[in-house]
Amino acid sequence: MRDWLIYRTFWDLTVSGVALGLIYALVALGYTMVYGVLRLINFAHSEIFMVGTFGVLISLTQVFGINLFEDGEYPYRSGIVLVLILLGSTVAAMVVSGAGAVVLERTAYRPLRGAGDTFGAVVLAFLTGLIASFLFTDSMMTNLMIAAVITGPLAVVYVRIFRKGRQAPRLAFLISAIGASMAMAEAVATWGPDERVVYKTPRVLEKKVLFNFFGADVRIDYVIVAFGAILMMTALLLFVNRTRLGRGIRAVAQDAETARILGVNVNSVILVTFLLGGAMAGGAAMMFTLVYDQTRFNIGFLLGVKSFTAAVLGGIGNIKGALLGGIVLGLAENYGSSIFGGQWKDVIAFIVLLVVLMFRPTGILGESLGKARV
Amino acid sequence: MSLTESFRRRTAPQLHVGNKFRSLPKSARWSIGAIIIAACYFTPYWPDVPVLGWIVDTPGTSFENVLTDQIMMFILVALGLNVVVGFAGLLDLGYVGFYAVGAYTTAVMTSGQFSWPWIAAMPLSILMAMIAGVVLGTPTLRLRGDYLAIVTLGFGEIIRITANNSDWLGGPRGINKIARPPSFGPFEFSVLNAKPYWYLGFTVILIVIFVLTRLENSRVGRAWAAVREDEDAAELMGVNTFKFKLWAFAIGAAIGGLAGALYASKVGFVNPDNFQLQLSILFLAAVVLGGTGSMYGVIMGGILVAWIPERFRGFDTRRYFVFGVVLVLVMVFRPQGIIPRRTAAAGISGKEESE
Amino acid sequence: MKKSNLLRAGAVLVSLSFVVTACGGSDDAASDTTAPAATTCESPVASIALQFPETGDAANLGAPMLKGATLAINEFNAANPDACVTLKTFDTQGDPAKAPGVAQSVIDDATILGLIGPGFSGESLAALPLYDEAGLATITGSATNATIQDQGFKVFHRILANDAVQGPAVAKYIAETLKPASVGIIDDASDYGKGLADAVKAAAGKSVVATDSIDPKAADFSAAVSKMKDANPEVIFFGGYYGEAAKLSTQLRDAGVESTLVFGDGVKDQAGYADAAGPAAEGALIACPCKDGSADFAAAWQAANNEVPGTYGAEYYDAANVLLNIIKAGAKDRAAVLAAVKAYDAPGITKQIKFTANGEATEASTIYMYKVTDGKITYVADIK
Repeated sequence: MRDWLIYRTFWDLTVSGVALGLIYALVALGYTMVYGVLRLINFAHSEIFMVGTFGVLISLTQVFGINLFEDGEYPYRSGIVLVLILLGSTVAAMVVSGAGAVVLERTAYRPLRGAGDTFGAVVLAFLTGLIASFLFTDSMMTNLMIAAVITGPLAVVYVRIFRKGRQAPRLAFLISAIGASMAMAEAVATWGPDERVVYKTPRVLEKKVLFNFFGADVRIDYVIVAFGAILMMTALLLFVNRTRLGRGIRAVAQDAETARILGVNVNSVILVTFLLGGAMAGGAAMMFTLVYDQTRFNIGFLLGVKSFTAAVLGGIGNIKGALLGGIVLGLAENYGSSIFGGQWKDVIAFIVLLVVLMFRPTGILGESLGKARV
Repeated sequence: MSLTESFRRRTAPQLHVGNKFRSLPKSARWSIGAIIIAACYFTPYWPDVPVLGWIVDTPGTSFENVLTDQIMMFILVALGLNVVVGFAGLLDLGYVGFYAVGAYTTAVMTSGQFSWPWIAAMPLSILMAMIAGVVLGTPTLRLRGDYLAIVTLGFGEIIRITANNSDWLGGPRGINKIARPPSFGPFEFSVLNAKPYWYLGFTVILIVIFVLTRLENSRVGRAWAAVREDEDAAELMGVNTFKFKLWAFAIGAAIGGLAGALYASKVGFVNPDNFQLQLSILFLAAVVLGGTGSMYGVIMGGILVAWIPERFRGFDTRRYFVFGVVLVLVMVFRPQGIIPRRTAAAGISGKEESE
Repeated sequence: MKKSNLLRAGAVLVSLSFVVTACGGSDDAASDTTAPAATTCESPVASIALQFPETGDAANLGAPMLKGATLAINEFNAANPDACVTLKTFDTQGDPAKAPGVAQSVIDDATILGLIGPGFSGESLAALPLYDEAGLATITGSATNATIQDQGFKVFHRILANDAVQGPAVAKYIAETLKPASVGIIDDASDYGKGLADAVKAAAGKSVVATDSIDPKAADFSAAVSKMKDANPEVIFFGGYYGEAAKLSTQLRDAGVESTLVFGDGVKDQAGYADAAGPAAEGALIACPCKDGSADFAAAWQAANNEVPGTYGAEYYDAANVLLNIIKAGAKDRAAVLAAVKAYDAPGITKQIKFTANGEATEASTIYMYKVTDGKITYVADIK
């Protein structure tokens, strides 16, 4: 037993597994909240996370003006400067992700609910104009000008169509989300300064080992991830359970039609849900870049699939379930890779999911955003 | 009660062409059908037709090969996935797994140590895919909706990763030297002539359409519709929902396996990278884009999903951005798909599925 | 109701028609997408094709192929304004399913006399049967899978050593120069990475104390890192590409693993590995069948692309020059070009270029070892 690799590296695997699991959990919150309210998989949530990591990148390199390396060494900062940089970048990521989620909801989802508005019409009209303009020229400036000219009249047409719209089947939401996520990832890949390559984010935090936990080194970035994630989730729980808007979210999750009749503005509740989910993804983006120092246009896809798995594992629609599911998945991946080899990591993750669903068909903690308590 | 269910449901805008066609006398319907089928057999020659050619031709890659390697496969796969998603209403995000099982079965059996002829390996591919469908379906079909979606997604990944880590399946290197179908008459399946693959593939597509039409209008089809519209009600009415869901899975998987067998033989090479998760998503996009549950709709969807990125090669790196935006636009303005399901065909009500 | 349907249909039509006309208009742009900053060629005598992943996940590996080939073409056309040659690029996304269609359209273009590429081994296996049938000479500067030639393609040529040569050479270097007591081996479960890692593992024999695979798409390699930390080998070899190598190096160093890191050719990328991993890359050894091009080449690349030459850039530059020199020497059809490639024997910037009957480069037994020193990948030794 003592000779087993898993035994010798158990605590190491546990520490890094929990850190990864918490990142999964934060992204899973976005899936779970939207699912709770709309009963649909927000497939584009992975790209909301992705744009958040780019928010961190822009904040660090452009706003704070930090280079990737200084004289071949990491650009470490310390003290109050470090705290300010980290907080500032977190806010940047949350703003970018939150805004992305709001645009996504109003462009790709709301029209499908038959409640399309001018904002979504303008964005869609602009995108239509943009892809139409590719016909005439490859120069981005001209493309944007053509798109801008087309946007106005086309948006008027789109708004008129939206006004007649009614609820679309659920699969239409899924495909619209897939289209949106493809467009977001490809937009970053095509028009980002480094296009498709990996973007490194400057490492401002020196990854010192803080303490030793049963022989495993616990690094400061893991500790920040743990504290940050717990803090954000507590804030979210308090928001959902204690505030007026939170009550609105629970009401819509429980029974949207009744909530509407009782005077809840369903569309703004949905918007807030997307905003919160986006902000959580932004927080996850900050944690992610803190630990892994990098991002890429397609970084969201796999992480999104894993996070959604985590959400389902814990009980989709359930905020605490997302936390539990994330940690279980992160640990299962790490332990499993150690026993069977890293190439089987995803197989192990999905088998764990399958086994859990066999015995608990609605996840470990069950569905619940609307039901009774959160 | 969820929000989606509580919204008013919409009935699909009817396509008047379809109704007019059905009101024609039988002889007229038969001859129009025959003309369309004949025209489709000549699809490889379409780029040579004025105007039509300008529309369909794919710059930078040969239309003939796009037709056989991608469009044909997507049509077949969309038809198969439509049985699962459109007929039985089960969300399957791992359909690429069945496609992979079919392709790998043909690859293993016709190359290397076995050297079976393609014609013998094909039925085995279908059978293996069907078995895979049953194996996946038995434990998972008790799950509802999105739980099923994520489990099937996992299944697709498990198949790919297993192939990647199994030496007898070629590992990441894959398998090459896969047999071609035997020549028949003047049609020889050679490297430089893709046309016979289309003649074969289109014939297969016609057979699949015929079988599925019969199935849809049979007792099985009605049971699927019942499961799709309201599973609990169907169960109460005495429909063995599990059995019919499993049937849908097995039949869908069989068609996926068939497509895989054709693909492996046409390209002559398979490796695990051909069966990425993204492909499952594109398959589903084909079904929903075309019109979930509508046979001609999903064919159209399959054609578009395979063809648009090739037609748009002029957009270079921007073409998947364009593709994504087009998906959103089509869904926003035509949420039931390009050619929606005829609601009467569901046999139950005018309501569109919400589950 | 009727009106809304009309409007709806109208909107779909408008959006779709934009799209359809859009692609119609860009027909010519598509079939001969000229590379960035390619000098225009007024009356080309012939064209050569480049089959490579221009878009898709692997596009970053494809970019240097295009830049290398473009550089060669531009230099050639500047020197031979009367007999200029066009470069036509064909995007496969590295996807075998798209390769036959692309290959067919290369073959259908009668002006194309030879092809550089295919970029990857998978697309090679799917496309080569077509090129073989058509008798179109191909020269790849990057598809290093050793099993491609099992099928005996007569048009296939490879300008660099394949994985079967590289793996044992790396193992030999590790055993004879580094002389470690223990070796850890990690691969990325890809065709290339696993092939190379297996070859090194076989040659390294008993000194291997730990092995693992990683999923290249994942961000977190902590299981593999923990394993290496536990085994603490003196040398860790990783078979894979530079993106994962940079992530892995950083995570290993962060976890306190101080082993010497050794990589294969897929990691030899200044921007992608040495610049990206920074301090974590310092001291890493990188084996490559590729040789740095001349200083002139590096300067020309820098001027054209404002960066240091990328992986395989020099090989694609050489491969393009082989075809260009043959066309300049008067080869007018595909058969003549193929025969001339087989007989070719002239210096390139990476090596003396000459092919065996099998299409492999004759001077491909030598592997060159590089080391990251002060953040720069610099040459250290030949491994014979």
